[in-house]
Amino acid sequence: MTPQTTKSTYWQGVGAGAPFILVLVPFALLFGVVATEAGLTVIETFSFSILVVAGAAQFTAIQLLSEHAPTIIVIVTALAVNLRMAMYSASLTPHLGKAPLGTRALVAYCMVDQAYASAILAYEKHPGWSVRQKTAFYFGAITPLMPLWLIFTVIGALVGGRIPPEFALDFAVPITFLAMIAPMLRSLAHVAAALVSIAVALALAFVPYSMGLMVAGLAGMMAGAQVELMMARKESAP
Amino acid sequence: MRDIATLDIWITIACLGAGSFGLRFLFLGLIGDRALPAWVLRHLRYTAVAVLPGLVAPMVVWPSATGGALDLPRITAACVTILVGLITRNVVAAIIAGAGALYGMLYLLG
Repeated sequence: MTPQTTKSTYWQGVGAGAPFILVLVPFALLFGVVATEAGLTVIETFSFSILVVAGAAQFTAIQLLSEHAPTIIVIVTALAVNLRMAMYSASLTPHLGKAPLGTRALVAYCMVDQAYASAILAYEKHPGWSVRQKTAFYFGAITPLMPLWLIFTVIGALVGGRIPPEFALDFAVPITFLAMIAPMLRSLAHVAAALVSIAVALALAFVPYSMGLMVAGLAGMMAGAQVELMMARKESAP
Repeated sequence: MRDIATLDIWITIACLGAGSFGLRFLFLGLIGDRALPAWVLRHLRYTAVAVLPGLVAPMVVWPSATGGALDLPRITAACVTILVGLITRNVVAAIIAGAGALYGMLYLLG
């Protein structure tokens, strides 16, 4: 195998991140539209996108703000939606934990579903990559995404409520997430994790402030881990 | 016309920004290059497949655009997205197929 340079893993990252432009642009536009419809100014909408950098949490926050939920509830709920970032952070740690602190801070700031998903997939495929090659890939994946996220949030905010509801932009979010989930279902354990998560999330949908989602996530992770153990035992049995 | 307090918006943005960064930095920054135990890693492998389906499931079954009523075009679009994603293992192909199914069904039923 030819050794790969840091530059080439950067461009591989760009290649892995680029397809998500198709996903991110409507998502950013939609956030801009939803935020201005809730009464936020363009500056406030832009600040949301540049400081929070988390679509799902931002949507949650806007929804609750327009329902006049208490500010503390808005913050706690949106952070709960973002709790998966802590889990992504933990799962990237074995790969990027040796990078300099400043680099790790930048990795943390840029952490979005798409960057995490592309990176972890590439790291599992190329266990021989050095930390530098891994961070280069990560920032490569971010390069086409972050600027467009900001630009299209602003365009969405400027266009505002001029997109008619017939375009069903509300469903851009679920379709995006489902399209990301399907290719991740690589083993029985992954499927078990997903199914348990869905069942628990639907059963606990009445629980306020997204707490049900947290239980569903934990239950799904435990299901995945248990099935993995069971499959491993089955394989090692005579 | 605007009925959300400006201060509330900025408090939310500031706290969410700081909190989100904190969550993202938590393990990368604090744990650094210390090794995590095998059982932790085993659970972490399933983070994405355990959180994202639970996040999406209520949006598919009870879409807010229809006031929470089960909606044939949206359910169809969700199923097509998953199916194409499973077959092609390609995110963009799945999104295009899902959007196509959604618009097709909305056109046929609308």
